[in-house]
Amino acid sequence: MLGNALLLALRELRRNVMRSFLTMLGIIIGVAAVIILVTLGGGATRQVTDQIASLGSNLLMINPGKHMGPGQSSGAAPFKLADAEVLARDIPSLVAVAPAASRSMMAILANENWTTAVTGSTEQYFTLNNRKIKEGRAFTANETRVGVAVCVIGETVRAKLFGRQNPIGSHIRLNKLSCEVIGLLEAKGQSTMGTDQDDLVVIPLRTFQRRIAGNEEVSIIQVSVRDGVSTDRVKKDLVRLMRVRRHLAASEEDNFDVMDLKEIAAMLSGTTQVLTSLLGAVAGVSLLVGGIGIMNIMLVSVTERTREIGTRLAIGAMEREVLLQFLVEAVVVSSCGGLIGIILALASSVALAKILNVPFILNMPIIFIAVLFSAAIGVVFGFVPARKAARLDPIEALRHE
Amino acid sequence: MNTPANNSAARSPLIELCGVTKVYGVGIAAMEALRGVDLRIYAGDFVAVMGPSGSGKSTCMNILGCLDTPTTGVYRFQGIEVGRLTRNQRALLRRHYLGFVFQGFNLLNRTSALENVELPLIYRHAHTTERHVTARLALEQVGLTGWEHHTPGELSGGQQQRVAIARAIVTRPVVLLADEPTGNLDSKRSAEIMDLLTSFNRDHGITIIMVTHEPDMAVYAKRTVHFLDGLVATDHTH
Ligand SMILES: Nc1ncnc2c1ncn2[C@@H]1O[C@H](COP(=O)(O)OP(=O)(O)OP(=O)(O)O)[C@@H](O)[C@H]1O
Ligand SMILES: [Mg+2]
Repeated sequence: MLGNALLLALRELRRNVMRSFLTMLGIIIGVAAVIILVTLGGGATRQVTDQIASLGSNLLMINPGKHMGPGQSSGAAPFKLADAEVLARDIPSLVAVAPAASRSMMAILANENWTTAVTGSTEQYFTLNNRKIKEGRAFTANETRVGVAVCVIGETVRAKLFGRQNPIGSHIRLNKLSCEVIGLLEAKGQSTMGTDQDDLVVIPLRTFQRRIAGNEEVSIIQVSVRDGVSTDRVKKDLVRLMRVRRHLAASEEDNFDVMDLKEIAAMLSGTTQVLTSLLGAVAGVSLLVGGIGIMNIMLVSVTERTREIGTRLAIGAMEREVLLQFLVEAVVVSSCGGLIGIILALASSVALAKILNVPFILNMPIIFIAVLFSAAIGVVFGFVPARKAARLDPIEALRHE
Repeated sequence: MNTPANNSAARSPLIELCGVTKVYGVGIAAMEALRGVDLRIYAGDFVAVMGPSGSGKSTCMNILGCLDTPTTGVYRFQGIEVGRLTRNQRALLRRHYLGFVFQGFNLLNRTSALENVELPLIYRHAHTTERHVTARLALEQVGLTGWEHHTPGELSGGQQQRVAIARAIVTRPVVLLADEPTGNLDSKRSAEIMDLLTSFNRDHGITIIMVTHEPDMAVYAKRTVHFLDGLVATDHTH
């Protein structure tokens, strides 16, 4: 009986190629959209969390200004180098302290120029930010203290200014300051927010303050906490110490902000998760649209199919034989559509993940849901009108207008 | 009832209608298409059903073909009361005993003549080769060799009619019911179809009940039943 139903169903599908194809298309679009969007969203979330993890979870950042939510602060008096030195001296659980100031400016080499972010910091900047030296070397503690005119450049700056030349030992100009390139950073690629992490020049803080900024300001202090020490406790110590250094009375609010990188991590992955749910919603809508498409095609063909059912019944088909045929038709179309949709979605997800530079993460439950939903629509809207027709007397089905 | 058993089998009718009525619609819109039809048809007969338009011929044929059920009255097929059968049993009755040629053909669209004719065999679970051979033979019998792979849309009205006849006789039914099988044909084609039906009746012993408007066609039959206003008006054997 199933063999018969399969024969009848396949014949019916073959002679209604267009209808079968359109039904399949609805399923393909729905399934593919859901899988692609959710896969990429999941990949983006994973990328954010991975990137945060690579920064080291025991990193704290101190910014001048009031706390205004994670990552934001309002203007207030900047720090001084002495602030960082006091922190390093008085809080024993800090492994490294890197005060930094930076500004966007043009780097010039002969005829080439490139506007980039120039940061002045200490030799500890590199370990704190997890930046490795690819060629040459970083500046030393001694060079930092003295404030020599040397710099370490990022891959983007190297590519823009030097092309194929070896940058090490050359001199580039930052405003009026000519400094020797002593190191090249290992490339890190784009950050989650889309900024280029290799578009930078790092010079000793003292050099920056004297020769570029012309002041003593430090705009951020990064510290890293010894493993196994609670960052919350260190944060309290930092706040207490900074309040003293900035002469704040007990009634005054902090005019600086200590930020835990873990907080940023939580915020960022929260944002991406919201984005993923949004994409999921969009995908859900396409699934629905696909479903409505299927519904339409099925309903349009009801009259023709009712007559067909009438003919089959008149010839001697039993109700359950007709139903089985229609069920097989719907299942074949739905599963073919679902399969094509999955293959298409996986292929384009892999490609898009590569292009967008996010990891490819398979989300099996979503694939399952998408296929099940489309198949359900295909089956319900293919099957329910058929069931109605197959319950009629043959003559009524044949008379259907 | 007191005739010897061997005679009783020969004389018991294949088809028997007793006081069959059919009412369409309800209440004020009710329309009595059949108003108490009594009819007995014996195996091997060839009956022409005639009568004016709207007299209930098609209604009666649909009931005889188990496509429709009487409002009241009894329809017995080979002594079995059809009204007491389940839907599935009636489907099986159609499948194994009846062939029906519809007034409007009712072929499957976009489906080749061969596949249309194969359809009843599929429901009889015939094997693939047997199915192909039998269906081709039926098409040959109605003179459609070479047209096997044409769809109804590519066939003339007469050719479609012949596909419909081939589909009805391909299973060698006990009874062939044909509602105006020559309605769309010219006189030459009509004569061919009638010769065909006559040969099925004569050579294969298929009982034929055929609706027609034309007296020329009725002369091929052994018996003519006249319908008038939902009742059998006259009934005579040639
Ligand atoms: N489904 C239906 N609903 C309501 N009335 C119907 C229906 N089918 C038939 N009738 C009515 O029943 C009567 C008999 O119809 P039937 O089709 O049996 O006539 P007929 O003798 O076959 O006519 P024709 O020669 O035109 O085919 C007609 O008056 C028709 O209007
Ligand atoms: Mg009629």
